[in-house]
Amino acid sequence: MDARRVSQVVPKVRQVGFVTHSDPNPPPQASRAQSVPIESNSGTPSDSPDFSPVMIPPPRHHSENLSHLRSAAVAVPESSSRRPMWDDRVAVVGSYNPGNSLLGQPVSPNSSEVNSEASTTLGWFGRNSSGKFSAGSSFPGGGFDLTTVKMENFTQLEGKKPEAVPERGGGAAVEVHNEVSSSTAKAKTTKAERRAMQEAQRAAKAATKGKGGGGGVEVNNRESSSNTLKAKTTKAERRETQEAQRAAKAAGKAQGNKPVAAAGGAGPGNILRQPSQNRDDPAVGSTIAGSDRRGGDRPPERERKKDVPPPRMQFDDQGRVNKSKKRAVFNQPEAKNRVELFRHLPQYEHGSQLTDLESKFLELDSMHPAVYKVGVQYLAGDVTGGNARCIAMLRAFQEVINDYSTPPGKTLVRDLTAKISSYVSFLIECRPLSMSMGNAIRFQKSRIAKLPLTLSETEAKAALCNDIDRFINEKIILADKVIVRHAATKVRDGDVLLTYGSSCVVEMILLYAHELGKQFRVVVVDSRPKHEGQALLRRLLAKGLSCTYTHINAVSYIMHEVTRVFLGASSVLSNGTTYSRVGTACVAMVAHAFRVPVLICCEAYKFHERVQLDSICSNELGMLVLVLVR
Amino acid sequence: MNTDDSSWWPMGDGGDKIEGSQATARQTAELLRSVISQQRVPYTNQAGALIDAVKAIGEQLIAANPVELAVGNIVRRVLHIIREEDLSLTTAAIGGLNLSAVSDDENDDDRDGDSTLSAAAVAAAARSTLRPPSLQTLLEDTPVSAAVPQTSSSGGDSEGKSKSADKSSRSRKLKHDVIEAVNELIQDIVTCHEQIAEQAVEHIHQNEVILTLGSSRTVLEFLFAAKEKKRSFRVFVAEGAPRYQGHLLAKELVARGLQTTLITDSAVFAMISRVNMVIVGAHAVMANGGVIAPVGMNLVALAAQKHAVPFVVLAGSHKLCPLYPHNPEVLLNELRSPSELLDFGEFSDCMDFGSGSGSPLLHVVNPAFDYVPPKLVSLFITDAGGHNPSYMYRLIADYYSADDLVVQRRATAGN
Repeated sequence: MDARRVSQVVPKVRQVGFVTHSDPNPPPQASRAQSVPIESNSGTPSDSPDFSPVMIPPPRHHSENLSHLRSAAVAVPESSSRRPMWDDRVAVVGSYNPGNSLLGQPVSPNSSEVNSEASTTLGWFGRNSSGKFSAGSSFPGGGFDLTTVKMENFTQLEGKKPEAVPERGGGAAVEVHNEVSSSTAKAKTTKAERRAMQEAQRAAKAATKGKGGGGGVEVNNRESSSNTLKAKTTKAERRETQEAQRAAKAAGKAQGNKPVAAAGGAGPGNILRQPSQNRDDPAVGSTIAGSDRRGGDRPPERERKKDVPPPRMQFDDQGRVNKSKKRAVFNQPEAKNRVELFRHLPQYEHGSQLTDLESKFLELDSMHPAVYKVGVQYLAGDVTGGNARCIAMLRAFQEVINDYSTPPGKTLVRDLTAKISSYVSFLIECRPLSMSMGNAIRFQKSRIAKLPLTLSETEAKAALCNDIDRFINEKIILADKVIVRHAATKVRDGDVLLTYGSSCVVEMILLYAHELGKQFRVVVVDSRPKHEGQALLRRLLAKGLSCTYTHINAVSYIMHEVTRVFLGASSVLSNGTTYSRVGTACVAMVAHAFRVPVLICCEAYKFHERVQLDSICSNELGMLVLVLVR
Repeated sequence: MNTDDSSWWPMGDGGDKIEGSQATARQTAELLRSVISQQRVPYTNQAGALIDAVKAIGEQLIAANPVELAVGNIVRRVLHIIREEDLSLTTAAIGGLNLSAVSDDENDDDRDGDSTLSAAAVAAAARSTLRPPSLQTLLEDTPVSAAVPQTSSSGGDSEGKSKSADKSSRSRKLKHDVIEAVNELIQDIVTCHEQIAEQAVEHIHQNEVILTLGSSRTVLEFLFAAKEKKRSFRVFVAEGAPRYQGHLLAKELVARGLQTTLITDSAVFAMISRVNMVIVGAHAVMANGGVIAPVGMNLVALAAQKHAVPFVVLAGSHKLCPLYPHNPEVLLNELRSPSELLDFGEFSDCMDFGSGSGSPLLHVVNPAFDYVPPKLVSLFITDAGGHNPSYMYRLIADYYSADDLVVQRRATAGN
């Protein structure tokens, strides 16, 4: 019974895992049902998405966890009140952590060590699940455990400090964790990253099969979680657990089993070693699930509805366009002959905005100069590329936050959020946001919203700046490093690597592989109108790589000799499609036709929950003039 | 002179640079006509003498630019014409044929301008066939109807009668007939656009979206013919880097009142999901139904296949090449100057072959043609009607004689 239900619920769960940004804390119970069987395999210690540089992270969920950490006092009682038994469990979990680590990792006697250890593994799982969009199902439960574990740790670490401090302390703890994850858990991060990459790859391939792809992802995810644990639960084993679960439910011994089950849930290792416990564990899960379902399923449903991204502005909707024009900082002349097919997208005469914007510099007193600068850079095309634009924006926001002082009669949280929003709409006017920037902004806003009220202004500002730094480091810089390190292993001597346009990650990969002394040739495929490949070509040549340059038309000529295609992406959408520079699809298609493997390199923070079937639904239109002028 | 179809081969035979397979074909035919007219023919074996003369010139022409397949096609066509005329005169001289056969021939010999079919049918009846049997010759009455409708347009029924008239004076007539037939061929080449364009209304319908790549006179006429028939449709033109002839085509289309959108080549995949049909010109059509087309065409064809959009190739019959392609991307291609892609000044340090030690770091690849395999082509529209790629070899059998293929093959192999 339960197993069946589980499968039904899976889609929801998947969404939870994926829509990360907002489902922060899916009431742990919500998906406890499904999460338990799997979870038991994957290990409870799921936690802290904080660590993974790569994680998809729905920034919000991320922050949510953090906030749990910070406002531990609040979060825990809540959960515990919902499910009294969790309290017991928390304790057990804490005690089991070492055992857990025995399985996969060296045991460290030191409690703080254990803490970090556990959290890294947790992060790892969390990453797996979220990184794969998955369904992971381990997530919600994980989130819960996480909070509990964290609580434990927290109390251990910070318990003695006064009320206000824990927040800060929590932040510090997080920092430590990050350190740990980046240093000790390197291998893991790469693994996770690799997974994410594979996933993206697969997703790209299966672009058209949105549904099927999702299923694949899920399966993969489960496998990965089990693999990572080294629990190596085979299908048969899993089935066994399910059956056990069913049997247990039938027996109705849920009550009696609870404590044992909790123990079982604590470590996957237990499952393997002690089948009897294993048996109990699912039973508990099911009972929990049953009880949770009644009360807890509805609210998440509503929340989920909210998560659905609002439809984008359609520019053929005259009313809304006029409305938005009123708010606009500077007027953008509309293109005179708009392309019929793109009526729903903004079509402006480019070129005049820059001067228009410059002339308004003095009038825009509400605009922070840093933001203004970034906007002009976007508009002029000085800053391009998803990562560069995202970093530039975040840095500007950092300056904004530094210079910010709460006006009298307002609260920092609300006022700053409004300010950021206005800046964002200014940046959108300059150039439509990339998906990555959208994610970063969401992260930023959620961080602001989650600021504890007890913080003083300076502390809050410091915390926010810190968050931004962390975001940039983890989600972009470190993620890139991990991608590069992993992707370089895909480069073999004698390879001919093809890349299209200019992707900074791919460039790093090529240079890194070259530094490693691998012998390979690079084919740079370029296209009008931007000819971004020429800049890449120049940089690669300067480093002494042997290159071939050609236009996209000739890609089917050159593809004969290519052994691998590396492509960057602006975003990976939730139906598995990759959103990238125009022409990327052509290259991938030709590569597919010639049976050449295509690898998409994309940081996980660029993952986005929108879906898109083709390039026309939503796109950014460039300057029309560029097409005409050679 | 005209910018037909993507091909822009400098030719040695006119003194001036000749571009476009249509222009090349026409000039080749004219040259061969003058060769034939100036050739002294002996009393015996006139045909053999003409064939030798044409072959000798033809080999030189082909050697001048082996990638311009139109030259070889025309040489073969002329050789075929000579053989056919010779045969028809021979059979006529023998006079052993009954009238009914001849009149039957007249029904179908208007199929092509070159008036060879009647002779072929006669020859088939008289002795073993000169060429492989084709749909028209073998099954005259039954399935021909599929191909026949378009034939009414081509006017060529006069020479059948003239031919039957001059049975007696064959000694002088051969050369004259051949020249007549070559004139027909030239006429065909010149008017192939119109004949193809006539079929436009059958393929382009109201409110459709057509995508094309690069510039082709055939495509231009085709689209415009549909426009003239009061069809309103939109055209996407991919610019066709690195020559950007699509810009010219777009300009021309706009000047003729068609709603046109110019896109970059990289945007082809993005746009093709909204396209009803891809209509492109070709550089040459191979015997297996594969197409040699301007670079980028394979991309378009793959995208069209991916989105299940019909990929239609327009090609005059002079572009039908009787050869089967082997590794056409390399052997039937031309690598053009890198300067079209990269600024020499900017990258001169990397492309310096002279001073650098060892091999240069940078290679620039700028091929002129793509090979589109037959499986990606939905339909060929020639001046003889619409055909499936798998039918190409049949069509080729109508235009060329098997003997010439061998000769040409040796000739091309020698090059």
